[in-house]
Amino acid sequence: MGIVSPGFFGRRRRDDPALPPGQYLTESFPVLSAGPTPRITPQEWEFTITTETGQVHRWNWEQFLALKQDDVTHDIHCVTSWSKLGTSWRGVSIDTLFESVESDAEFTMAHSYGGYTTNVPLDDLLGGKAWIAHQFDGEDLEPAHGGPARLLVPHLYFWKSAKWVRGLELLQQDEPGFWESNGYHMYGDPWQEQRYW
Amino acid sequence: MRQETDTARTLRLRLPGLTGHRPGQHVDVRLTAPDGYTAVRSYSVASALPGDELELTVEELSDGEVSPYLVHQVAAGDQLEVRGPVGGWFVWNPADPAPVQLIAGGSGVVPLMAMIRSHAAGATDGAPGFAAPFRLLYSVRSPASAYYGAELDDLARSPLLTVTCVYTREAPAGSGTRPRRLDAPTLLDAIPPVSDTPAFFVCGATAFVETVADWLVQAGYPADRIKTERYGGTGITP
Repeated sequence: MGIVSPGFFGRRRRDDPALPPGQYLTESFPVLSAGPTPRITPQEWEFTITTETGQVHRWNWEQFLALKQDDVTHDIHCVTSWSKLGTSWRGVSIDTLFESVESDAEFTMAHSYGGYTTNVPLDDLLGGKAWIAHQFDGEDLEPAHGGPARLLVPHLYFWKSAKWVRGLELLQQDEPGFWESNGYHMYGDPWQEQRYW
Repeated sequence: MRQETDTARTLRLRLPGLTGHRPGQHVDVRLTAPDGYTAVRSYSVASALPGDELELTVEELSDGEVSPYLVHQVAAGDQLEVRGPVGGWFVWNPADPAPVQLIAGGSGVVPLMAMIRSHAAGATDGAPGFAAPFRLLYSVRSPASAYYGAELDDLARSPLLTVTCVYTREAPAGSGTRPRRLDAPTLLDAIPPVSDTPAFFVCGATAFVETVADWLVQAGYPADRIKTERYGGTGITP
């Protein structure tokens, strides 16, 4: 137990087991970004997976929407301490995108329009754990929240769910992305409270 | 501790082992209740102090959980659990010779004040950033809700700092100006031209930051020279 502040009682949790340590519930959907919001139209959007051998798999918006769509509901946890429970998304499972991809790599770097990057181990993207999401609560994803499409990796802190995602690069070795180079944890498990280095 | 406004208080903390901090960084404060319940919030550092001390300015949020305790209850001599300072992105780097334009919405002025203080304190340092002009555009509800008023007036006597305030609800008495919200023409009037290649730091509530950053990009300022920090976990329309 840390330093106790006798006069502090805090707001009691409504859903104890669903909230990782240090997190609080929010009903709204705050934004965490490092710069201006990129405005990308579906017409110019494309998504690529680049393997460690340099092979590129490519989908445009139309091809992406023609893939199997999943509707999923997950809790999300931002490193700035807010959590939002039961958020609903529509998108394409990373498993679906990887059906035709040959790779022995264990690590990935997600790349976004606007230059953002974040690293995620491949195991954390496969097995029904991650999606490229393009709808939130039944509506097209707004630019401020990462539209046209964002990575969704709900079991890690939300900065790993790269907004405006445009590709995954497969890597033999783990490398830090944008926030990871700026003091944030390489893996980012909310249940272990891996916020910072 | 100093009261900044009716709803904001500045706390000075001593962090054993700290050797200075970079302007723009934040700390995480974790409060633990007697029954073990904990809550963590991030607060920007307002100061540019050497050594093992730093200051936070905390605004009390009406639906806040941690901020009311820090604004009203914590007392001099109390211990707090603090992590940091952290952050390497929303940070002013004195090695960058570019002129700096700071844009604050409300309590978003806090990390920008750390940059202003750092810039003012280092004037005799050789790094090129200390010789670059700083500008602050501060959008705030009223003179009474502005932080650091007297200190900003004092610092703005330097030719290297220009402060422009936009009052959104209540203008200073006798100023002859009407309160108004920041709009794109006012913003573009108050900042250096694109050709000066200024470095921007924009901090405030999400809607404010989104709007201002969009105006800047639309006006031709390169997106990679605009660093943003959005405040407010709750009470903001998503």
